[in-house]
Amino acid sequence: MAARTQKLIALVALVFVVLSLDTSRAQDKAPLSAPRRIVSLVPAITEMLFAIGAGPQVVAVSSYDEFPPEVKALPKVGALIDPDTERILALRPDLVVVYGSQSELGKQLERSGHRAFSYRHGGIATTLDTVRDLGVATGHRAEADKLASSIQTRLDAVRDRVKGRPQPRTMLIFERQPGTLRAVYASGGVGFLNEMLTIAGGKNVFADVSRESAQPSIETMLTRAPEVILEVRAAGLIEKTPSPEPDAWSALSSIPAVKNKRVHLLTGDYLVVPGPRLAAATEAYARALHPDAFK
Amino acid sequence: MISLDSADESSAPRSVRRASIRGRLISTVIGFGTLAVVTCVLAPLVGSTSISLTRALDPSIPFDQNVDAQIFFVARLPRVLAGALVGSALAAAGVVFQAMLRNPLATPFTLGVSAGASLGAMLVIIFGGAFALGPLSAVPAASLVGAGAATAVVYWLATRHGHAISTSVLLLAGVTLNSFLSALIMFVQYLADFAQVYRAARWIMGDLDIGSYDPLIASLPLVVVAFGLFALLPSSLNLLSVGKDAAAARGVDVPRAQRLAFFSASLATAAAVSLAGPIGFVGIVVPHLVRLLVGVDHRIVLPASALFGAAFLVACDLLARTLLSPVEIPVGIVTAMIGGPFFLWLLVRKS
Repeated sequence: MAARTQKLIALVALVFVVLSLDTSRAQDKAPLSAPRRIVSLVPAITEMLFAIGAGPQVVAVSSYDEFPPEVKALPKVGALIDPDTERILALRPDLVVVYGSQSELGKQLERSGHRAFSYRHGGIATTLDTVRDLGVATGHRAEADKLASSIQTRLDAVRDRVKGRPQPRTMLIFERQPGTLRAVYASGGVGFLNEMLTIAGGKNVFADVSRESAQPSIETMLTRAPEVILEVRAAGLIEKTPSPEPDAWSALSSIPAVKNKRVHLLTGDYLVVPGPRLAAATEAYARALHPDAFK
Repeated sequence: MISLDSADESSAPRSVRRASIRGRLISTVIGFGTLAVVTCVLAPLVGSTSISLTRALDPSIPFDQNVDAQIFFVARLPRVLAGALVGSALAAAGVVFQAMLRNPLATPFTLGVSAGASLGAMLVIIFGGAFALGPLSAVPAASLVGAGAATAVVYWLATRHGHAISTSVLLLAGVTLNSFLSALIMFVQYLADFAQVYRAARWIMGDLDIGSYDPLIASLPLVVVAFGLFALLPSSLNLLSVGKDAAAARGVDVPRAQRLAFFSASLATAAAVSLAGPIGFVGIVVPHLVRLLVGVDHRIVLPASALFGAAFLVACDLLARTLLSPVEIPVGIVTAMIGGPFFLWLLVRKS
């Protein structure tokens, strides 16, 4: 019994020593020096890091990361619901980008002396602010400011291009069970998709839904009667674009968009990522909504 | 509320009971049938939008310009019919499983049929593209296959030691298979991208918004066959729910009756789940409520549950699409919100 107690005390002491070593090491680190080993668990942020020239500092990304192509060679350390804390720590990062809902992970990292950068999707302004914040955090302030203003300039150009044109009442769909009208997810009146649609010269039929997504029933879609249906689909790794898909929309022929053949399908993961490519995505929306403006 | 014949049958002499069963069946079917028909007629008239029925039924307006007609015939009617079909199939399957397993807690989902169906659906939602088997689109087709496979596995396990189904093995094997398949479902979801997880989650919540008559046409024959088999069951279910030996002593071919009950209820469940996803609580709340109203005779309980199940699910879906309009509540959540507390109340009241 006594031997066990002694062992226990020794173990507790050891843990304590290791912990204090760890914190002392963390204190040695200059907290605001440019990080050299960044782990990003958020694909949109990974894109921003590479776009502001911090790419070489990134040592690992999330399992959902596919862009830019350089990330394919980097280790994948889980994502939103399954971050691999052990592997993250083993990579000895000096900055870890976590999603806002991963607060436990963020705390855990900070306890062990790692800097965590927490981020949540918001509107376009959030994206631009995040780009600038990342510039400060990673030592690429000038590049980040330049990127943020170039995105803004490009968005302004799209807005100018479609200015004065009638804004079609649009339903922006980002998810749907292929071949059917079930499990439809459309952009609500909040968030970057809604803002991109607005800049592209479309009027969101779900502008009154104060959430990022709406799950309209068939009745709701018939009632809202959009003039344009814009379906954006991120072509994921696993899911190939389905071969000739039965046209589910033809059943709702009273919807003006269906009647006038204004159901547009755009594919590409950039279309739904609130990162540096959102200006390109907004332009793609605008081309679909106002083809005449881009002739 | 409809008035029901609730005479205390235990006090009546046996001959009187036998003679009155036909009369009770007729009055029960008329009562519950009226409820089901009224619900199904009223439900398509109500929704998040108000439509004009005269305009919807006006043949002089071309269909593709008639929003009211499209809301009535494309959005609401298939949905109400699907609710009636799924509700009656699940409620009747619940009655059969509860009697056959002699377990009041059995549901249509207890034996892994729905987990098999869900796994099939998940695999297509997450890995599959769009294909179709006749009127069946990819997801329902795959969930039927999954349900069939799960049914076959459970049956094989429960009959390994002889020709008769061992109810205890059936229950254990079914519950275990259910958990095992649920783990596989989680694993498949874990492998999925964000977008597919949305769709998968939506399917699991249950959804009657089918938007076309094709899925109904595909499921109807399966439900009709299952109900045809149910019609052969009630007398043997009455005896089976007392006990196997008692049933055998009264001349019931127990293995045959069990097989019939197991496969017909599994078929009804598979058809329902492939059409609308796993909508919970219908298969347990409706049978218990009906027993409370009409007693325990399966000759009455089974048809009454089928009719009341239809009315119940159609009514729940009506709430689902109007309560928070224009936002919808998944119907599986509504059935659980109503069914859960109600069932608990039933339990407390009884004890």
